[in-house]
Amino acid sequence: MNAQEVAQQVLEKFPSSTSHEFRAEHTVTVALDDLRSVMEFCFKELGLNFLIDISSVDNMGSEPRFDMVYELATLNDSVHLRVKAAVADAVEVPTVSDIWATADWHEREIYDMMGIKFAGHPDLRRILMWEGYPYFPLRKEFPLAGKPSEMPDVASTGVAPMEGGPFVTSAGADSREKAEPRAR
Amino acid sequence: MTTPANIIPPVDVKDQVADPILGLDSPEAARMALAHASYDSKVEGNIVFTRVDAAINWMRKNSLWPMPMGLACCAIELMATASSRFDISRFGSEVMRFSPRQSDVMIVAGTVTYKMALAVKRVWDQMPDPKWCIAMGACASSGGMYRSYAVLQGIDQLLPVDVYISGCPPRPEALIEGLMKLQRKIDGEESVRDLKADPAVAK
Repeated sequence: MNAQEVAQQVLEKFPSSTSHEFRAEHTVTVALDDLRSVMEFCFKELGLNFLIDISSVDNMGSEPRFDMVYELATLNDSVHLRVKAAVADAVEVPTVSDIWATADWHEREIYDMMGIKFAGHPDLRRILMWEGYPYFPLRKEFPLAGKPSEMPDVASTGVAPMEGGPFVTSAGADSREKAEPRAR
Repeated sequence: MTTPANIIPPVDVKDQVADPILGLDSPEAARMALAHASYDSKVEGNIVFTRVDAAINWMRKNSLWPMPMGLACCAIELMATASSRFDISRFGSEVMRFSPRQSDVMIVAGTVTYKMALAVKRVWDQMPDPKWCIAMGACASSGGMYRSYAVLQGIDQLLPVDVYISGCPPRPEALIEGLMKLQRKIDGEESVRDLKADPAVAK
């Protein structure tokens, strides 16, 4: 079975989902309500026994705001399927940590950085920042330089000086000089 | 073997001043004891007269035991500096101590994140005086290229730094140069006066 057949099977089982192919990579987009059953189907029926990564995307300004992205694969014949689900702000995502144990820390990281909560996660604590840190730093509204935070005896952050930055690369500029990162 | 005090004839009682260092009866006795020691054929050439400051500084600067606070890629250069090609044992700093209780100089090698910062501070507080700190590389000195929510903008915001080393990461030669700069700095310190200024020693 190759990735295209795997994607086709998900489409047949879950008619509301869509799929597209880009450079031989197959992505299936499913509704959040179907996500849990899609994941169980992928693991049990399609043999996608390896969860490579979970990530999340913040599309600030559009609704629903977030995307969950799951990279699934098989260990024996390198089938790779990407599953996406849109998530609105303050909506909980069902955990997959009981299907793939590696999802435990991935979901903790997404909670820490993006603020998406996972229903049924066994231990949903922050993993990179410390408990009590008040922000979710990878959300789009969070400034690159950071915000001051205070927790005496635990940790605190300040605002980093940007010194003329941030420095932006101009892709597609007509010369190297213009394309290089500059303060804009 | 007779001690110097035993062979010096007794002097007049009214001249007696207690000598706390040599335990001798008078300045005259102390002078004779020193003169005798320096001309004693058994120990001839083995006695050096110097200042206490110079002796203490000489001992301190030539055996700086580092606390390797390796946090990022600078730690790789720190390890290279300790290895055979660059060999910081030539400068008396080969004894990397992973216990802060036995360290003299903390080499902060790498990016100090806010989450790690208090651990670095705690290890620093556990090091006994006298202690020194080398900020190795751009990140430890100023946060380097990380102008972000996660990175402390220089370890000097938490603890006093003696030597800053530029580079990303610095070459081992640069670390050795920084170590030699620290040795020159220690050589100029007034150790005895600093010791007296320490409230724990003064009382």
